[in-house]
Amino acid sequence: MTTNAIRKLTPKPPLLEVSGLCKSYGGQIGCRDVSFAIRPGEVLGIVGESGSGKSTLLACLSGRLAPDAGTISYDMKDRGPVDILTLSEPERRRLARTDWGIVHQNPRDGLRLDVSAGGNIGERPMAIGARHYGNIRAEAQDWLQKVEIDLARTDHRPRTFSGGMQQRLQIARNLVTRPRLVFMDEPTGGLDVSVQARLLDLLRGLVRELGIAVIIVTHDLAVVRLLADRLMVMQRGRVIEQGLTDQVLDDPHHPYTQLLVSSVLQV
Amino acid sequence: MSAGTTTIHSDTGYNFAYLDEQTKRMIRRSLLKALSIPGYQVPFGGREMPLAYGWGTGGIQVTASVIGPDDRLKVIDQGADDTTNAVSIRRFFQTVTDVTVTESTEDATIIQTRHRIPEIPLKEGQVLVYQVPQPEPLQKIEPRETETRKMHAYAEYGAMRVTLYEDVAHFGRIAKTYDYPAVINGRHLMSPSPIPKFDNPKMEMNPAIQLFGAGREKRIYAVPPYTSVRSLDFDDHPFEVQTWKGCCALCGSTVSYLDEVITDDKGSRMFVCSDTDFCNTRQAKAAAQPKTAGEQS
Ligand SMILES: Nc1ncnc2c1ncn2[C@@H]1O[C@H](COP(=O)(O)OP(=O)(O)OP(=O)(O)O)[C@@H](O)[C@H]1O
Ligand SMILES: [Mg+2]
Repeated sequence: MTTNAIRKLTPKPPLLEVSGLCKSYGGQIGCRDVSFAIRPGEVLGIVGESGSGKSTLLACLSGRLAPDAGTISYDMKDRGPVDILTLSEPERRRLARTDWGIVHQNPRDGLRLDVSAGGNIGERPMAIGARHYGNIRAEAQDWLQKVEIDLARTDHRPRTFSGGMQQRLQIARNLVTRPRLVFMDEPTGGLDVSVQARLLDLLRGLVRELGIAVIIVTHDLAVVRLLADRLMVMQRGRVIEQGLTDQVLDDPHHPYTQLLVSSVLQV
Repeated sequence: MSAGTTTIHSDTGYNFAYLDEQTKRMIRRSLLKALSIPGYQVPFGGREMPLAYGWGTGGIQVTASVIGPDDRLKVIDQGADDTTNAVSIRRFFQTVTDVTVTESTEDATIIQTRHRIPEIPLKEGQVLVYQVPQPEPLQKIEPRETETRKMHAYAEYGAMRVTLYEDVAHFGRIAKTYDYPAVINGRHLMSPSPIPKFDNPKMEMNPAIQLFGAGREKRIYAVPPYTSVRSLDFDDHPFEVQTWKGCCALCGSTVSYLDEVITDDKGSRMFVCSDTDFCNTRQAKAAAQPKTAGEQS
């Protein structure tokens, strides 16, 4: 057995542990009684049809939406597990800026489109105290290389980038502070297939290399098959099935999951 | 500066300094709050003034709230006492207060300013009132006010540095030359109003009281005497003020902020002090002194 495999088998305490999470919009159910845990370095996929509550769940987890009930315990670097709902707003914002990342489906929500690529990546380091322009720029370029963006584009605005480049820039902008947990909502949505494949490859490489835990929401079973260690299937706000990705996809138990998998395989 | 009196100004029928006492008290309360939280923007119930926004209504309301019959008022615009804006504001206060007006920085107890801080160092007891068109330094990077308020509350100023980063990336240096943001008392990021960055160091540890009024946005903020004012910069691109190769063509000063003026229709130009009181005083002193060979200024 490789050391990697051994490491995978040794249970680590969860990085994030969610229990009984509920959120509704007036009478409309967003998500309902969601419980799960994710360990450091693990990639969790969330799939489900449109309106099943995936984005709602992600927004609650990442502190952008206040849930109606439930707890979200996060293993903070210096304090150990803390219910993030009890953190003060500045503490939560700081956590989101340093130890977390959020990659949005729409780059407009995750990038400053009128700030250069370098400036986009430099923002987080500057927010946590970087004061040396040369170092900030060097680090930004290091990340541009990691996400395969030509260094000649360092000072260009992402407005002039292709969709795939914008997503890669979003990833660099988030990963530069080495977050331990990254939330992604449909990061490959709206990209054409070959661009998607390249982005997924890149993501997989970075996630493995840096040992980042990722919660990734997607419509696309191919995405979870490639990236996710574990999978959660949602329907009408509830988690109806979860387990190791291959197990869930190859041997789905819930009729809805079976439908989901078969409809994909038929294509 | 003294508490306003309740006397009705005899000639005009207006209350002393135009604003009613209630309003002045309200503004003074905002000023006290602003002084106790240096650099923090205090909202205030700004009044309509008999001048359009953009003509210094914020500064005028601040001045009107702190001025007393014994004050000596100086008003400058671009460093000069004789520009339209300065003249009309000075006239306004002459009409509604009868206070003594002066062009001398040293003699003034209150100086209302747009675009400059006088060259002659201010003293304890003096009040400098800035006219502010746009009080929010974060506005360019974050248009939502709900968000900028949080950024100030939690001292999240990283995004502001992005603007400096962009300057260095595109121009090789921090290109901002006026309204250069500074952190006040190690805490709040503040827009110093459109003064040249040349004047930023003068704000630091200044013995005078510095008050800022934004009329349209209805915000007041302040830098109390002897407060640290740190202009944002990078370790490897430190804050620097403008410098000029020559000296003032009129008074020979090498230490003041110089404006370039065109002197004829052939495009001849020269550099002169923007602070007219400073320049005139130096010229008068030089004229009064017997010329000695080799003496420069
Ligand atoms: N702001 C809102 N106000 C009211 N209802 C909302 C709001 N946001 C989401 N909902 C509702 O909550 C439910 C879950 O929505 P959510 O956006 O979380 O689904 P999703 O799984 O992300 O869907 P999609 O795959 O289309 O992005 C839906 O019924 C939706 O209509
Ligand atoms: Mg969604």
